[in-house]
Amino acid sequence: MKKLASFVKFLLIIAIGVLIGKFYLNDTSSSVPIPSTIKYRYTGQNSNNDSREITPVFNGEIIEVKNGGSIQKAVDAAKSGDLIRVYPGIYHENIYIDKDDISLQGVVIKGEWPTLDGQKKLNDAFLYSGNGILIENFKIINYKGNGVMGQAGNNFIVRNNWIIDTGVYGIFPQYGKNGLVEHNVLSGIEDAAIYVGMCDNVDVLHNEVFENVAGIEIENSRHCLVENNYAHNNTGGILAFITPGLPIKTTFDVIFRNNFVVNNNHKNFAAPGSLVSGIPAGTGILIMAADDVIVENNIISGNDNVGVLIVDMANGAAASKDPNVEPNPDRVVILDNLMYENGNNPKGELKALMMTQFSKKGPDIFAIGGGQGSTILDKNKYRTFGIDNYGIPDILDTKHITTFMLDKPVAPRSLSKQELGELTYYGVCAGCHAYKERLIGIPTETIKAIYANNPEGIIDYMNHPKNLREDYPEMPPQDYLSEDAKVAVADYILNTLRE
Amino acid sequence: MEEKRLMRKSFCIFLLSGLVFTSIFFVKTKNQSPKNIWVSLVLNTNCPPGFVKDDQNRCVSRNLYLQYSIAGAPGVGGLKTALPAAREGFTPQQIDLGRHLFFDPVLSANGKISCSTCHDPNKGFSDGLASSIGINDYPLQRAAPSLWNVAYLKLLDWDGRAASLEEQMQGPLFSDHEMGNSPENLVGTLNEIVAYRHLFGQAFPEKKENEPILLDEVYLAITAFQSSLISLNSRYDQYAHGHHQALNKNEIEGLNVFRSFVARCAECHTPPLFTNQQLAVIGAPEPPGKSFDPGAEITFNEKTLRGGFKVPSLRNITKTAPYSHSGAFKNLKEAIRFYTLGRGHAVPEGEKLTLHWHIWEPQLSDEEIDLLVEFLHTLTDESFMPSKPKILPSQLNSNS
Repeated sequence: MKKLASFVKFLLIIAIGVLIGKFYLNDTSSSVPIPSTIKYRYTGQNSNNDSREITPVFNGEIIEVKNGGSIQKAVDAAKSGDLIRVYPGIYHENIYIDKDDISLQGVVIKGEWPTLDGQKKLNDAFLYSGNGILIENFKIINYKGNGVMGQAGNNFIVRNNWIIDTGVYGIFPQYGKNGLVEHNVLSGIEDAAIYVGMCDNVDVLHNEVFENVAGIEIENSRHCLVENNYAHNNTGGILAFITPGLPIKTTFDVIFRNNFVVNNNHKNFAAPGSLVSGIPAGTGILIMAADDVIVENNIISGNDNVGVLIVDMANGAAASKDPNVEPNPDRVVILDNLMYENGNNPKGELKALMMTQFSKKGPDIFAIGGGQGSTILDKNKYRTFGIDNYGIPDILDTKHITTFMLDKPVAPRSLSKQELGELTYYGVCAGCHAYKERLIGIPTETIKAIYANNPEGIIDYMNHPKNLREDYPEMPPQDYLSEDAKVAVADYILNTLRE
Repeated sequence: MEEKRLMRKSFCIFLLSGLVFTSIFFVKTKNQSPKNIWVSLVLNTNCPPGFVKDDQNRCVSRNLYLQYSIAGAPGVGGLKTALPAAREGFTPQQIDLGRHLFFDPVLSANGKISCSTCHDPNKGFSDGLASSIGINDYPLQRAAPSLWNVAYLKLLDWDGRAASLEEQMQGPLFSDHEMGNSPENLVGTLNEIVAYRHLFGQAFPEKKENEPILLDEVYLAITAFQSSLISLNSRYDQYAHGHHQALNKNEIEGLNVFRSFVARCAECHTPPLFTNQQLAVIGAPEPPGKSFDPGAEITFNEKTLRGGFKVPSLRNITKTAPYSHSGAFKNLKEAIRFYTLGRGHAVPEGEKLTLHWHIWEPQLSDEEIDLLVEFLHTLTDESFMPSKPKILPSQLNSNS
């Protein structure tokens, strides 16, 4: 009996031990890998252009957000270089990142995702304006605007996200240079699932996009590689075009390579008036007004309207004409591709035009409108319309291009202390201070005399002004200037500024 | 005989010098005198705030956004974004001469309307009217656009008809309904005013003595002044440069609504200038009783631009009510609400417009509209407000 009791005790201890062990040893944070950063290729001296090795080292603190916590609070607390780890749970947030070099990493545990749920009440899940932003491993659902929207952030990575019905766009970097959008899965988006807008040097790789109006859209952007994506059952699969009326007027240098563009026959459910509301269902690839687009090694099949549609602005865009846009698609290059079973149910104008060719089927490739210099490798392989003037391309493949991302990060402009001091003095201080005369504040000459060899005195006064002169109004605190700017401007006033 | 002539001569000299003396006295005391009097005005030799003088006496812009200028930057986008290229490089004297011309009603045919009549610095360089009033109280078609930050704009006039300030100003100067002048009369008038001849000599030192004032010099000087109207130090700007405490919680939420893809404000009113400098057909209404304004359709002879207008900057927007090309919106709330009332809801019957794709139905809540208004208030900065000249070279009274 005693033996049994001690055996049970023994078992109990073991059980508790196992439980505790599970609790502690299963601590997932230790097993979560640090996100990989953008890899940059060696160029120049190194003859091997493909070795992508200059990887910036991840350094910074790790801030953890657990279910019930606030991701935005973590962003507010984060400094450049920090990593915010978000654990499984439901988060109803609109997260904005107006800082540089912040990484947000979801931690998926046994299929449980950190989920951003906009409940169809919130506008955007992530909005970022900083450079060097990384967003990975999030499930994002039910927003009204975007899943991830970047506004002028360079050197970005958006990766491994699962995005369902986030409104107008899923992933939308805008005005960004040097970015990577890879391994995301997106569906249910009423415009473009992945929308690269007014960007440069962006790779869109290994994504799955389905049941969206547009799968992947390269718009008013240059130097973009769209490779190894699976675009199926969208209204239109993969698109490169120019939208008129935007401040950036061109799309060129785009490669669509090694993608599956299959069965893009979804009913168009875009908002009335949007540009994509005009895309006929069953469109595999659409090229409108974009130049130097290369279509290579894609499998394009089962798109009921047409496999590849090439149009100019007049035929394609239901938008106000933009006098500053060249409206024709020039130098489109169609290399080796596999196309079959496209055009089984052509639509509208295309259908009417095919009837003139005594065909009820739409073609693999259909071109209409202006444009010059376009070429195709093996015209006879496909059923085509409107490409009689296409010649033979100069190239067989694009193997030499492994990426359109840059060989080093877009560097912020580096300013000398003197330059920053000058920008701050003339850009801010000069509103109230002139060198010799009295404006609203005292002449800068006087400040120079009072604070000779005492820049700290100026900085202190900028942070905590004291009204020293009865006949002058009190200066408002200038503490909104960055520390760098304050130091630089104090130094500039004392050591550089002359009349 | 000889004596008499001499006497007459000295009497004349006496009279003349007396006249000159009293005139100068008048100028000094009452600021009233006949035309053609020499006024010892010296133009400013320093650049206005926001500019540094380089070693060739040119004013070059300096502001915190220059921290972000990198090669090929488009001049539109997010927060820490470079500005587009500015009109700059004018001399301090040219800018100051432009300031005098800007406020001087002598530029109009009847001497009653100056640039500042419709672009009043105290009203955000607009006039507070739904649509401006021209010469002899002529009611004009459109509202006066603000002039803050025009140095950066390449599309001018509501209908985008002008690509430069020089080109733009000839519209109002020589329109029968606005300032009513003619090129010949304008230079003729200015050349009659000794003070202006003197000032133009300072602003254009390469001019030969007695060389008359040229039209192009007038345009250049006014352009120089207009290009000096810089507003880039608002609380929003402090936030953009990284001082996140500059905006309160509501204002940041307003900013987030502003740049979200639901409201889409920032898609056309793109920072840092809060305009993307494009034309857009949004279907905004005319006030009751006014006929439909075809806008850019006329400028570009392009049907799809019917009802199109340039996207105005929102800098200092709280100063320039009422809003839109026709002043149809009394306040910011009304202007914002227009975008939520449905695509094309204000398009007159029978008009077929190619409405902009960003015009949709964002269904903004009243709370979101209030947040937007709060945010728009953070775009106010008049710290570089120029001063009105104390004496105008024409001796006329400035009317603003």
